[in-house]
Amino acid sequence: MFQLLDPAGRLRNGAKPPLDDEFVLEGLRWMLLSRAIDARATALQRQGRLGVFSPVLGQEAAVVGSALALDPSRDWLVPQYRELPAMLMHGYPLHKHLLNLMGNPVEGRIPDDVLMLPTQVALAAQLPHAVGIAWGLKLQGKDGVVMTYFGEGASSEGDFHEACNLAGVVKAPVVFFLQNNNWAISTPRQLQSGAASLADRAAGYGMPGVQVDGNDLLAVNQVSREAVARARAGEGPSLIEAITYRMSFHNTTDNPSKYQDPAELEAARARDPIARVQAYLKGRGMWDEKREQEFEQAISEEIDAAVAKAQKAPVPNRSQIFDNVFAELTPRQAAQRRELLGEG
Amino acid sequence: MPEMNIIEAIRDALTLEMTRDERVIVLGLDVGRLGGVFRTTDGLQERFGKDRVVDTPLAEAVIIGSAIGLAISGMVPVAEIQFLGFTHQAFHQMGAQLGRFRYRSRGRFPLPVTVRAPMGGGTKTPEFHPDAIEAQFVQYPALKIALPSNPYDAKGMLLQAIRDPDPVLFIEPERLYRKGRAEVPAEDYTVPFGKARIAREGKDVTLVAWSAAVEVCERAAEQLATEGVQATVIDLRTLVPLDEETIVKSVESTGRCVVVHEAPLSAGFGAEIVATLQENAFYSLDAPIARVASYDTPYPPASLESHWLPSPERVVRQVRKLLSA
Repeated sequence: MFQLLDPAGRLRNGAKPPLDDEFVLEGLRWMLLSRAIDARATALQRQGRLGVFSPVLGQEAAVVGSALALDPSRDWLVPQYRELPAMLMHGYPLHKHLLNLMGNPVEGRIPDDVLMLPTQVALAAQLPHAVGIAWGLKLQGKDGVVMTYFGEGASSEGDFHEACNLAGVVKAPVVFFLQNNNWAISTPRQLQSGAASLADRAAGYGMPGVQVDGNDLLAVNQVSREAVARARAGEGPSLIEAITYRMSFHNTTDNPSKYQDPAELEAARARDPIARVQAYLKGRGMWDEKREQEFEQAISEEIDAAVAKAQKAPVPNRSQIFDNVFAELTPRQAAQRRELLGEG
Repeated sequence: MPEMNIIEAIRDALTLEMTRDERVIVLGLDVGRLGGVFRTTDGLQERFGKDRVVDTPLAEAVIIGSAIGLAISGMVPVAEIQFLGFTHQAFHQMGAQLGRFRYRSRGRFPLPVTVRAPMGGGTKTPEFHPDAIEAQFVQYPALKIALPSNPYDAKGMLLQAIRDPDPVLFIEPERLYRKGRAEVPAEDYTVPFGKARIAREGKDVTLVAWSAAVEVCERAAEQLATEGVQATVIDLRTLVPLDEETIVKSVESTGRCVVVHEAPLSAGFGAEIVATLQENAFYSLDAPIARVASYDTPYPPASLESHWLPSPERVVRQVRKLLSA
């Protein structure tokens, strides 16, 4: 397993950081933002102001480290649903994400200049789409790369196999970023696959596969940059398996106390990806309590503003049920719409 | 005017559109060097190259799933699934993903994707190949479903499908692929969706069908004519959008209707037609609306299929029953 920082935040012998300190600081800011959103969104869900929410908690280094390897002006992001910071880094406004979670049918639309697909709750279904986009970019002579996310549970789906297989054949410029957080709701990693390493599966598709410490921001970023560069150079797809741990529930409906050994969670907390980056930056004189307070203050204000903006969005109108079905409604749909609106 | 069978008409439409619009890409199993198992894409790879006529791995879900991505990237994919019965292995990508992307992306990603697949029995294919599962896709209401029954419609409706800003499942009548040639204009034309074709007009009964069942109804109508019964035959052409007006108007005038389809009876699209007529033409009916469909069993072995599929004889029997009611 590739690692640059040990859990105490020290560079491993001879390791060279792939990011300069300002960039690491930027990464840390996204990680802290992600964790603060997890807390706020969970609270809002408990108050009934937000729908089901899936926290990123524990996986911040994997998501942020990989997304930092992308160029949002030409690369595509194809998420599953546990990659919020990557979506924000790609240019998707937080208040729009909150509006989606509130079930707003209009305001959550991805802006036209953000190269990203909507979150995908059908596991692994987004992987064929990612391959298609990447293949299409290549056929059109564009130099964009697609980064797509999924978990170790989704890697058991047929769509994972079919997508990797096609990507290998057409040498699609796509990076399959597998977040192995050990849990598919309550099903542990060892019940998903008999393979010792999920990254090893890459060989079966004619692409490189690498296992990386998913709680190590620097290591994740380095392997992600390599995979993106490879794709951009026309050398085809890569598979990255980031070993991380879901330190919270699957989503707000879940109750991990029914299946999770508390000792395992404790061990995971000792590998907290945020603490590791903080220790690293501290050692380089870039992080102290004062800075932490400044960051936290700014993040809190950013979330306040997004929540306020989301709450001010126009209330959905029932006629919007019929928006964006087709470019033009069929006569049947049009009649049903009139009936709904009492015009029929 | 040139004469073409359905295979040739489809190939003509693909050639025309690939020449006109270089975003169009054809992908599927064996569509390249072989020209498709039915040769609908014969010669296209030589003409347009391997990047535009692509032999894919044997994997239906990713043929459809990657077509979704190709469309998002700015291309216009025409994906081929060898037989409609095989679309089940891509069912999620077809219905829930392809037939929903404009909606789930709040309009950001409309998908101009066409999925071509032949359907139906009568050619003694092995099991699963002939399954008529068109109605299953109607339950995904953001997928258009087009089913031409003749060479003229095959060309015009395929051009319409490829140019449609939304996804279209384009189902071809396998049994009629080479049934005979008919006049097909060499030039560019489209047949609009949602407008049924009146294949034959008669005052006594309305026969409603789509795909290869239209031909069954036409043969039944010929038989009925020898008995002095004049039948109207309506070819729906598209299930989504559905041309309610044409069928309602016809049944209002004839007072009798038989719906004919190759899918098993229960929950077939015929039930939808019957319900629609019941709601809109009830007071014009002189007899109950009848259905002639395949039986509610799995598709039988090839030696029995002619007893299972709707036949002109069964349609004629049903019409006689209605007339004596």
